[in-house]
Amino acid sequence: MSAASPPLLAVDGLVKHFPIRGGFMGLGTKGAVRAVDGVSFIIAAGETMGLVGESGCGKSTTGRLLVRLLEPTAGRIQFDGTDIAALGPRQLRPLRRHFQIIAQDPYGSLNPRMRVEDILREPMRIAGLKDTEQGERVARLLDHVGLAAGHATRFPHEFSGGQRQRIAIARALTLRPRFIVCDEPVSALDVSVQAQIINLLRELQREMGLAYLFVSHDLSVVRHIADRVAVMYLGRIVELAPKRRLFAAPRHPYTQALLSAVPVPRPARKRQRIMLAGDVPNPAAPPPGCRFHTRCARAADVCRAQDPSLQQDTEGRAVACHFPDP
Amino acid sequence: MSEAAAARDAAPSPDSAATAAAAPTAAIADAPPSMLGALVQALRADPGAAAGCLVILLFALAALLAPWIAPYDPTSQNIARAMQGPSAAYWLGTDEFGRDLLSRIIHGARPALLVGVFSVVVSVAIGVPIGMLAGYHMGWIDRVVGWGVDIMLALPSLLFALMIVALLGPSTGVLVVAIGISHVPIFVRLARGSTLVVRGLEYVSQARSFGASDFHILRRHVLPNIVGPLIIMATLSIAGAIREEASLSFLGLGVQAPQPSWGNLIRDGVAEVLEAPQLAILPGIALTLAVLAFNMVGDALRDMLDPRDLTAATSKKH
Repeated sequence: MSAASPPLLAVDGLVKHFPIRGGFMGLGTKGAVRAVDGVSFIIAAGETMGLVGESGCGKSTTGRLLVRLLEPTAGRIQFDGTDIAALGPRQLRPLRRHFQIIAQDPYGSLNPRMRVEDILREPMRIAGLKDTEQGERVARLLDHVGLAAGHATRFPHEFSGGQRQRIAIARALTLRPRFIVCDEPVSALDVSVQAQIINLLRELQREMGLAYLFVSHDLSVVRHIADRVAVMYLGRIVELAPKRRLFAAPRHPYTQALLSAVPVPRPARKRQRIMLAGDVPNPAAPPPGCRFHTRCARAADVCRAQDPSLQQDTEGRAVACHFPDP
Repeated sequence: MSEAAAARDAAPSPDSAATAAAAPTAAIADAPPSMLGALVQALRADPGAAAGCLVILLFALAALLAPWIAPYDPTSQNIARAMQGPSAAYWLGTDEFGRDLLSRIIHGARPALLVGVFSVVVSVAIGVPIGMLAGYHMGWIDRVVGWGVDIMLALPSLLFALMIVALLGPSTGVLVVAIGISHVPIFVRLARGSTLVVRGLEYVSQARSFGASDFHILRRHVLPNIVGPLIIMATLSIAGAIREEASLSFLGLGVQAPQPSWGNLIRDGVAEVLEAPQLAILPGIALTLAVLAFNMVGDALRDMLDPRDLTAATSKKH
């Protein structure tokens, strides 16, 4: 896709609030957890965008919103020109095949009562593919993700975590999607298996031109796979930049703190570890002004009063901070 | 039968849990290759359950073959032979009308098992779909169902069944419906709770992400994964239903004379208890044995299915 053509996915002002039930017999609401609070970004076809942040910052919620497993409270999700956030369930169903999600937990994501073959056939059955076509694709997919044809008749509990994740990946590929949300796909796996799965995802991307949103709290994994990286804090994107630039010269103080916590191959090299004070504030009542000011060393009066917007510079870097580094 | 086949065979309506109950092996997901072998192994390890199965089998045969194996017609009277003790001709003696007690006990197994099994079919057919819908959709459906269940559980189930019989008049069919409906709330609760757990699992989200309908998810993903606890509850519920059939028949609101039921045999026997105690005691033993057998099998199923089904398969492994 050329630079002039519209992006595969354009997210604009995405918001997800989870109401907190309260009042008489739980019929009322008392406030809301602002899990995702105004997130915008684009993803081009064939691109991988990393989405990082602490637990609870809204990165997984963002991923689940993009494939409409959650209903957005507000905002637009333009997928190939169609706003899928505005579609009803019936209109959405035929489009669902284009975007899939791979979940973190390879144990919970496969129905223990179904054989691998049935797990892989299910999306195709729902999509109405012919039986012979289904069989062919199952065989091809198993081969693609590095499993043997004989595995088709087995049950999920007969596989290791890494193999299960391969099955989950194969299932996500059954309908030939164009975009896959990878929601911490390797966090539950051993380090050696992590590398295999990451490499598999990269190969599949090359072959099929897939775009990924790669959600992870593990910066070294994101550094390996992503083209661009977005950093989330308390439901907002605080920095978004091409991978190389983000890792070489982070501009937002939160990004700097996150990066300083990543172990490096040569610990002898001088670097400063930035320790963040305090905890993440309650997402039901985020602090006024910049959401990071309660933990930021640079915080000034303007930070407490005014919420900084995400400002893009000429080099494709965007940062939401009143006092960013150059 | 493999569990995948079992899942495929599951009829479109969630009442298929009732048919699934007929094949308890389908509930054991991670079982060794041979289901029959696993069953034999489990029964060997649990003599109580094996005895329970044997007793159930004997009663089932007695009920099915009653007209052929009972030595006499259970309703034919002969006053000349009334109130005889056990003899070679009448193994357990005769009652005040000269009817053969053994034949009456054998025939009494029919209403007991009939009402026991079919009332549970009624409870499952009504309770499981309602519970699954409430647990799956939550919201106002769940609240309304919850209130209904609480109201029904506020009344003792026997009292509830009594009300229905009083309304519709006593007959075996009414007993099945009355006892069946009185047991609906426990199946609603169980199906709702289990559905609630499974609904939150990732494979349900995955199914939604490729466009599966709610009906498809309930049938293919939820039902096969909640059927284990339902089978246990159904087995225990049969025991309860047999007891309640006997209670209602004892009160004269169940099986009507001259047709024998363990309940009305006990009641008739109580009148003669000083003269011929066996008339009340022997049907009482039959009733106790049947209830005990179903309870033991239910408990054994719980031991067999619980560790995997309630903790492993329906909750997240980490």
